Amino acid sequence: MYLDAAGPAPRHPAATQAWLAAEAEGWADPRGLHAEGRRARLLLESARESLAGSLGCRTEEVHLVASHTAALHAGVLGLARARRRTGHRVVASAVERAAVHEAARSLEPDALTTVPVDALARVDLAAWDAAVRSPGVAVAALQHANGEVGTLQPVPAAHATAQTAGVPLLVDAGASAGQVPLPADWDALAVDPTAWGGIAGVGVLAVRSRTRATPVGPGDEDPWSPGGVSVAAAFAAAVSLEAVLREQQEADRRRRDLVDLLRRRVAAEVPDVDVVGDPVERLPHVVTFSCLYVDGETLLGELDRRGFAVGSGSACTSSAQEPSHVLAAMGALTHGNVRVAVHHRTTADDVERFCDVLPGAVAHVRGLAGAAGL
Amino acid sequence: MTGGGPDDGGTAGTGAAGHPGAGVVVDARGLACPLPVIRLAAVARGLGPGTRVTVLWTDPAAAHDIPAWARMRGHRVEADEPGEAAPPGPGRTSVLLGTQDGPAPAGAGPS
Repeated sequence: MYLDAAGPAPRHPAATQAWLAAEAEGWADPRGLHAEGRRARLLLESARESLAGSLGCRTEEVHLVASHTAALHAGVLGLARARRRTGHRVVASAVERAAVHEAARSLEPDALTTVPVDALARVDLAAWDAAVRSPGVAVAALQHANGEVGTLQPVPAAHATAQTAGVPLLVDAGASAGQVPLPADWDALAVDPTAWGGIAGVGVLAVRSRTRATPVGPGDEDPWSPGGVSVAAAFAAAVSLEAVLREQQEADRRRRDLVDLLRRRVAAEVPDVDVVGDPVERLPHVVTFSCLYVDGETLLGELDRRGFAVGSGSACTSSAQEPSHVLAAMGALTHGNVRVAVHHRTTADDVERFCDVLPGAVAHVRGLAGAAGL
Repeated sequence: MTGGGPDDGGTAGTGAAGHPGAGVVVDARGLACPLPVIRLAAVARGLGPGTRVTVLWTDPAAAHDIPAWARMRGHRVEADEPGEAAPPGPGRTSVLLGTQDGPAPAGAGPS
């Protein structure tokens, strides 16, 4: 049973259909000056137009890149390049994706200023304000939601401060697009098609026309994505996002019920568990908890053996040997971490069965470590 | 996996266990997460409130997980006293048992 949909979601049927159709029709180089090239170009342009509609911006503001990581790199570096006369510093929350932190550090080793978060992983707005207003800041970056623990960030307030300071804000909506309505408060926005059931191979970076951004790298016909992107993956991303947004309201209610059930049963039935993240202001499909005295990898293996595929909050950090920087910044337990994410095919029965199995699996792993009864 | 039972606490004590005020040292160097916290918990179980337990560790997760354990168990992380042989900081965390005031921070504990 797949309960790790906070990473790649299972493919949406609309994505697979769109991908097959676009592969048949749009296989040619969209730069080609022939009928085949025009067909590919048309598919690519309609994908951008559709994505713009879904994201609430203009077609020319949408740039397609190779992946979500590439979109975050291009966003940080492109905004910073355009403001290099102001400074090179990047302000970002302590719980941003590693790609944001790494892109900032690539500018200068000391370019990154991280802003602390509270115990729910929400960014400290007073510290954010002070950091964004300090001299030499080129870019500010804040996620819409944290993919590891589900907490939504106060993007409108953070954007208002950044605007006052004249600093462009990059919003990483990789974990939230297709899951909750997106904010309009951004200067640049990155979303991840694989997170809503699209096909891997494309990422999306939107930059407002009023915001200066300069692609970094050697010149190319498509400076944001040298050599172009997969037409079929772009088309599938656009079509599946439209489908997911149409289904969002119904899916939202269903998933919130499943997640509430999970939070309740995990907290009640597993001893010494820390359920982390905001219980209300959160993504509707993710629950993260840490089990005291438990080796996370062993628990994931034990759950896999019993037929459940779940994630761990530390999986998407850049170096797996280090504890999750998100859990650490929250002051949460970093070991024994499990992330459960439900998707469109998950049923209440699936969740109940997982909750039936979990306490035994945790007790087993604690027993292996000699930690029973501590 | 290495055992970490109650009698396998890994103490390299500087003081007698169970005497309030006397420092107890848990040597968890070389142990991978979550073993440092398990060793600490095993040692702490036999000690009274007010006892100070210092954990020596090399796995960086311990820096975050010992304070989280203390929060969940109602203990308090202490700054090391000045003038001690080993300086406070990376590789060393001290906990004062059973003296945390008030509940854990809102929302940080099990909900």
